[in-house]
Amino acid sequence: MLQFILKRLMLAAIVALTVSFISFSLMFLSGDPAAALAGETASGEDIEAIRTLYGFDRPMLVQYWEWLGSALTGDLGQSYYFKLPVASLIADRLGVTMTLGLCGITFALLTAVPLGVAAAIRPNSFIDRLSLFMSVAGQAMPSFWFGLILIVVFSIKFGMLPPSGASTWKHFIMPTIVLGYYAMPAIMRLTRAGMLDVLSSDYIRTARAKGASEVRVLFKHGLRNAIIPVVSLAAVQMGFMLGGSIVVESIFALHGAGFLAWESIGRNDLPTVQALILVFAMFYIVFTFLADVLNAWLDPRMRSS
Amino acid sequence: MTEPLLNVRNLKLDIPVASGTLHAVRGIDFDLKRGETLCIVGESGSGKSLTSLALMGLLGKRIVRKADQMTFDGTELTTMSAKELRKLRGGRMSMIFQEPMTSLNPAYTIGDQLMEALLLHKPVGREAARARAIELLEKVGITAAESRLGQYPHQLSGGLRQRVMIAMALMCGPELIIADEPTTALDVTIQAQILRLLVDLIREMNMAMILITHDLGVVARVADKVAVMYAGELVETGPAADIFAKPCHPYTRGLLRCIPLPGKTERGSELGTIPGIVPSLVGEVSGCVFRTRCDYAADACRNAIPRHTEGAHTFRCIHPDGMRHAEEVPA
Ligand SMILES: Nc1ncnc2c1ncn2[C@@H]1O[C@H](COP(=O)(O)OP(=O)(O)OP(=O)(O)O)[C@@H](O)[C@H]1O
Ligand code: SF4
Ligand SMILES: [Mg+2]
Repeated sequence: MLQFILKRLMLAAIVALTVSFISFSLMFLSGDPAAALAGETASGEDIEAIRTLYGFDRPMLVQYWEWLGSALTGDLGQSYYFKLPVASLIADRLGVTMTLGLCGITFALLTAVPLGVAAAIRPNSFIDRLSLFMSVAGQAMPSFWFGLILIVVFSIKFGMLPPSGASTWKHFIMPTIVLGYYAMPAIMRLTRAGMLDVLSSDYIRTARAKGASEVRVLFKHGLRNAIIPVVSLAAVQMGFMLGGSIVVESIFALHGAGFLAWESIGRNDLPTVQALILVFAMFYIVFTFLADVLNAWLDPRMRSS
Repeated sequence: MTEPLLNVRNLKLDIPVASGTLHAVRGIDFDLKRGETLCIVGESGSGKSLTSLALMGLLGKRIVRKADQMTFDGTELTTMSAKELRKLRGGRMSMIFQEPMTSLNPAYTIGDQLMEALLLHKPVGREAARARAIELLEKVGITAAESRLGQYPHQLSGGLRQRVMIAMALMCGPELIIADEPTTALDVTIQAQILRLLVDLIREMNMAMILITHDLGVVARVADKVAVMYAGELVETGPAADIFAKPCHPYTRGLLRCIPLPGKTERGSELGTIPGIVPSLVGEVSGCVFRTRCDYAADACRNAIPRHTEGAHTFRCIHPDGMRHAEEVPA
């Protein structure tokens, strides 16, 4: 197991390094950074001066090495727009995004897994059809539209929940539902398919032949095996939610990192965008790594491969 | 006479299929005393696995099971509550399946799975269960038993997995073991070894066994009783010695074409093959099901078929001796 973790850790580090390089290159791919920094009215000499000042004239690899060094010590550069260190800017916003992401995936798992299991136990029953309907609806309905409906119903009509902001836990209820609902269909379908497959397997028959109770058969022997692919999916979705909560953060005016990314793109605030991409990618890598470890713990066959 | 351990009368299994109802098993009778071994033989698809699953109460939900009587140690299995049935399963009767590669749960160690079989039924602690697991692994011939407990199924070969399955079935010291072709999926070189192990253990522990096998040599050596199954019916049943010495039903004689004798039949000799096709069992089935392949079929074979009984030996055919005389089989 330890060996497995070390291997995965190394793989994660390699991926992280690659991603950081790509994210660094973005700065060059998106045009001349010196010109962007100097502003539209700057003269050619000004741009050249800035180029030397910021070191943009040096070889790209040297710049990358330097950038990586400072990124590792927590220095992600200065925001062009806020004139503040990007690292602290992101740190301020990350809390909201993390909270939202964790609540979203928890909500999705807590609703989708039981529904998927119930649907698999009784295929073609009412509950199976209901869950199918919900997942089709979930896939078809855009987040912003669903969010607006919730706001209209719960904030405007009944006045139960605040429509925007992030100051209390109540502010997070609707965003959690919208974000979680987006992840639900895939988790539910995968749980259902996995459970159906597992429940018809020979070892489930063995468990019954031993005299195990139905609950024990379903959960100890069944779900334990069916959940393995769901873990990987949930990790991918968690990573996606952190970066992809932009829409939800905008609807509910939650000023998280997703919202910051959206704003910064509009403002051409390159260091901020670059750093956000890096941070989101790192989260993605971390979650995938955690999922791999969890999977290996759940599935002994994976440990040896 | 002592009450039989298992008594089955008129067991019927129906499976709804797209084109109607598949009458997979149609009114079979058999019984088994304590310590006896019954071998069920018959070609693929004749309903042997379904019959054993029906006894264990492990049939899929869609399959309809009906029986006039199906008792285990005097208690009726068909009307038993799910809870009572769970106590029997794995405790007093257990089953070894045809598929050793997939019958163990990949997520748990074999130690966990062995111990579970005991802990579900007996009020013992984990230490005692562990000790019992080691004892049985040794009994089924697994070396370094203690270190195997922590291994996962994927780390074991098919032969070892089937040994584990056998150990698991024996954990609670059941009164009846149902072994459904326990070696068919294994390498030919170890089939005989595993079967002999199973048979020795059954004798040693004085358990009753239903053994489903294609290996006539094994049948000749271990069976007290033989039941010959064809297309969902038991066409001939009786004491093993009678069946081998005096097979009456034409189907049985087809199977035993080389007339094997107890002790003389070579190990591993396969059942004989008979040309022709098995009729569809969907919809009404009447008359003798073997008539599409029988050399002695006559018009009367479409009607109800009389049963001929001599002691415990019984078979169903329109001919009183199943046209035995026509084949000049030495008596
Ligand atoms: N769930 C099911 N649905 C439809 N038909 C089934 C089902 N299970 C079994 N059958 C049919 O019932 C018949 C008997 O099957 P069974 O598995 O008992 O045969 P068997 O004698 O054990 O054969 P084998 O020697 O190949 O194991 C077969 O024709 C099979 O196709
Ligand atoms: S009843 Fe007829 S078809 Fe059936 S075995 Fe006897 S002779 Fe053959
Ligand atoms: Mg079978």
